[in-house]
Amino acid sequence: MKYMSEYRDPELAKKYLEEIKNTVSRPWSIMEVCGGQTHSLVKNGIIEMLPDSVTMIHGPGCPVCVTPLNLIDKAVYLAAEKGVILCSFGDMLRVPGSQKSLLEAKAEGADVRILYSPLEAVKIAEDNPDREVVFFAVGFETTAPANALSVVHAHRRGVKNYSILASHVLVPPAIKAVIDDEESKIDGFLAAGHVCTIMGNTEYHPISAEYKVPIVVTGFEPLDVLQGILMVIRQLEQSKSEVENQYARIVREDGNPDAQKVINEVFEIRNQMWRGIGEIPESGYAVREKYADFDATKKYNVTIEEAPENPDCISGQIMKGIKKPFECSQFGKTCKPTNPLGAPMVSSEGACAAYYHFSGLVEA
Amino acid sequence: MCLAIPGKIKSVEMQYDGKVRMAKVLFGGITKEASLEMLPDADIGDYVLVHVGVAISKVNEEEAQKTFKYLEEIGELGDLTDVDEYLPKTN
Repeated sequence: MKYMSEYRDPELAKKYLEEIKNTVSRPWSIMEVCGGQTHSLVKNGIIEMLPDSVTMIHGPGCPVCVTPLNLIDKAVYLAAEKGVILCSFGDMLRVPGSQKSLLEAKAEGADVRILYSPLEAVKIAEDNPDREVVFFAVGFETTAPANALSVVHAHRRGVKNYSILASHVLVPPAIKAVIDDEESKIDGFLAAGHVCTIMGNTEYHPISAEYKVPIVVTGFEPLDVLQGILMVIRQLEQSKSEVENQYARIVREDGNPDAQKVINEVFEIRNQMWRGIGEIPESGYAVREKYADFDATKKYNVTIEEAPENPDCISGQIMKGIKKPFECSQFGKTCKPTNPLGAPMVSSEGACAAYYHFSGLVEA
Repeated sequence: MCLAIPGKIKSVEMQYDGKVRMAKVLFGGITKEASLEMLPDADIGDYVLVHVGVAISKVNEEEAQKTFKYLEEIGELGDLTDVDEYLPKTN
């Protein structure tokens, strides 16, 4: 496919690896924020091919993985007890709640549907006027316009039986939280290309300047990731800390203003709980009062007691980049994609699942 | 989750009472619908990046070439013959 397959050219990848090797003079730790990049690094064997002095640290960039346990329990409750049609993206349905996942609720008879787009959920609501439809709207800034757009569509078309259970997380506050964590030692960042497609690069300039870290907005194909790593290393070796854009074929400096407009129309910034990490100030979106009728948390006012996390799961340390999946005593033993103890083993973009499937550490 | 894929717009039509521009976008051999509400300028023949049913960016052809030229541009392309140790082992 155009604009994808040519960025997988092995010959040019070799050249990038050679240039990285020639440029590095001392050890560096680089965090790729986005789970899509983690997936690309592990699946394509890039981690093993990098020089030993370059350590890739996998960031918290998997929205499915950081969606609070309590919210999953609420979604399960709405599907199983309230009889709503509960829709979401495929990965979200497999994440274990404290009792069960949404897919397990589906197996027990709940009406749970996997959708490609939140816009489809509005159609389902229109087609089922006597049922309530809830879209479990998770995601980073990338997905926020589509989720917001579903609310705008429902509002415009007078669809009253549609609402979203929003769990939106934002990248820049998470980068700051990761840098501020005493245990983390990160020299530079690959920022998430598709998040910046929406929001642009401007939020990253103050972070780069304040913390003196290079931040390179990076794509997802192997050559993108390799070029992004090289750009970070070149900055580090030259004692620079700037924001650069490796993914300029897609990302504009000011992002997509039309997408930002629909986000601001429907959402406002709030403090957000990240599963495994804790609350990060101003790192999420809540539905604005104007659209309260489409906010499932207000429409249903469900209170479910906070359940404890599985004590054997170290997902918080994994998502802050403090530990690698294979350093977990449960990895590949009690915790597998078919029986995940925590969310990073569920989503294909979770670091644990990526290592499980592609690292060769586990006989899958 | 943030997976987004570039495809070529085959056709554009107004839907939902003529209020929403929707495109049929070709990804390899697969065609899917995408809203063009976030990209009012996009039209037939454009390559757009689509995420969960919404087109979010138009591909910039000129910028797309830069990854292939970057190593030459930084002008530090050394001897590339000795890279076998970095290749994945096939056996």
